[in-house]
Amino acid sequence: MQTPLTSWHRRHGAKMTTFGGYEMPIEYQGILEEHRLVRESVGMFDVSHMGEFLVQGPKAPDFLDRLVTKAPSRLQPGQALYTFLCAPDAGTVDDLLVYRRGTSEFWLVVNAANRAGDWAWIRDRLPTDGVELIDRSDETALIAVQGPKASEILGPLAGNEVLKLKPFRFFNEVRVANTTVMISRTGYTGEDGFEIYASAHDAEGLWEQLYRQGIPPIGLGARDTLRLEARLPLYGHELSRSISPLEAGLARFVDLEQSEHFVGQEALRRQREVGLASTIVGLELTAPGVARSGFSVVDGDQTIGVVTSGSFSPTLKKAVALALVPMKFHTVGTPLELVIRGRRVPARVAATPFYQRNRSAR
Amino acid sequence: MNVPDDRQYTLEHEWIDSQGRVGITDYAQDALGDVVFVELPEIGQTLKRGQSFGAVESVKSVSDLYSPMNGVVAAVNQDLAEHPDWVNQDPYGSGWIVQLSERSGGDELLSADLYRLKTGGDQ
Repeated sequence: MQTPLTSWHRRHGAKMTTFGGYEMPIEYQGILEEHRLVRESVGMFDVSHMGEFLVQGPKAPDFLDRLVTKAPSRLQPGQALYTFLCAPDAGTVDDLLVYRRGTSEFWLVVNAANRAGDWAWIRDRLPTDGVELIDRSDETALIAVQGPKASEILGPLAGNEVLKLKPFRFFNEVRVANTTVMISRTGYTGEDGFEIYASAHDAEGLWEQLYRQGIPPIGLGARDTLRLEARLPLYGHELSRSISPLEAGLARFVDLEQSEHFVGQEALRRQREVGLASTIVGLELTAPGVARSGFSVVDGDQTIGVVTSGSFSPTLKKAVALALVPMKFHTVGTPLELVIRGRRVPARVAATPFYQRNRSAR
Repeated sequence: MNVPDDRQYTLEHEWIDSQGRVGITDYAQDALGDVVFVELPEIGQTLKRGQSFGAVESVKSVSDLYSPMNGVVAAVNQDLAEHPDWVNQDPYGSGWIVQLSERSGGDELLSADLYRLKTGGDQ
């Protein structure tokens, strides 16, 4: 499948890959340079492959409260939250953003690879009346503008309106570069930034205007290294049907005390009471090498865990990884080994996020 | 895509020159993207043709290195520890990886023309 911008990426010399079923740009000028641009300046990403569902109707707030792990009914209109769809056994069905657009109107942003599964999951739980579910993915483009200079460069294009947005706040309808969009102060890079939802029809015009303002396009390669340094989870890696949000270390996005019981709440409570068997930790390699997703983590002669994501960190200039290991290995500093193509490479448990931006400068 | 005529090539996108120096091709470095680490063999190691002797790691992926001939590792490019990006910037020069001595079994190596043809002809 193509996003509204796939042909633009090709025309501008991007190396392409297939991700979540879509033809997406992996890099334009090299992952290291694109990563640096977002950390030090600004860059933009086409993430139109993400799925968008509209959930609306008088019973929508109550319905969503019973569906995701933190109550959307407590949001003010104009506010968004990061949360999970969980299975009854506490496994993660997907991670998503929920935007409250009005009293009874919500906007869900889901992973491209999970779009069909999430759709069926939500549809199967709809009440007989009072909630409408609409798939807006195909007519919606999503452009993320990220980096310390994101507000400085977007401000003039959006009448400086967007500079007032706090994290996880959004404007439902605002003009950016003469295009009507929804814009939120959210992102997936560990930097300040915005995500802009536009109609697919307007996407190329908007993207082109942002490009002419000097915002460089960034591929999915740098998106992955940026999110890994910031310890942001990627579904299918740190989260899956067999890794719960609690095991992924994301308890702050789960409200176990909620009175409106959501799917998976009991099993998650049990996990907390019994104690987690395993957890996602950060690892730093202490000898040369790069660990990749799927590599084994060993302690002595025992395989104890698996790397869920791994890469060279462009900011730290060393290899880092996230791995699922038994709870007893979670302490920062714990020495472990990774198996890289049959070779054992020493590593140690590291504090995460690996990279955190300096917020005092803002 | 640059394919110098003064050396021979393999289908695994490696080159070997008349001095026995081995590296990866321009095509290979471009496909890999930014190289961040090169896993080198031990000096003195005996290699058979086609044997894996190391790997080139880029930010995004990894590519095994296969010996283009039988031989003995006479030298490795230690500079790559500090400058792995030389593999990208100068794959046929300062980005060389190992040097083989006592070479044999090079009968399946490709000429530059043949390598260009085998990699799609559009290089």
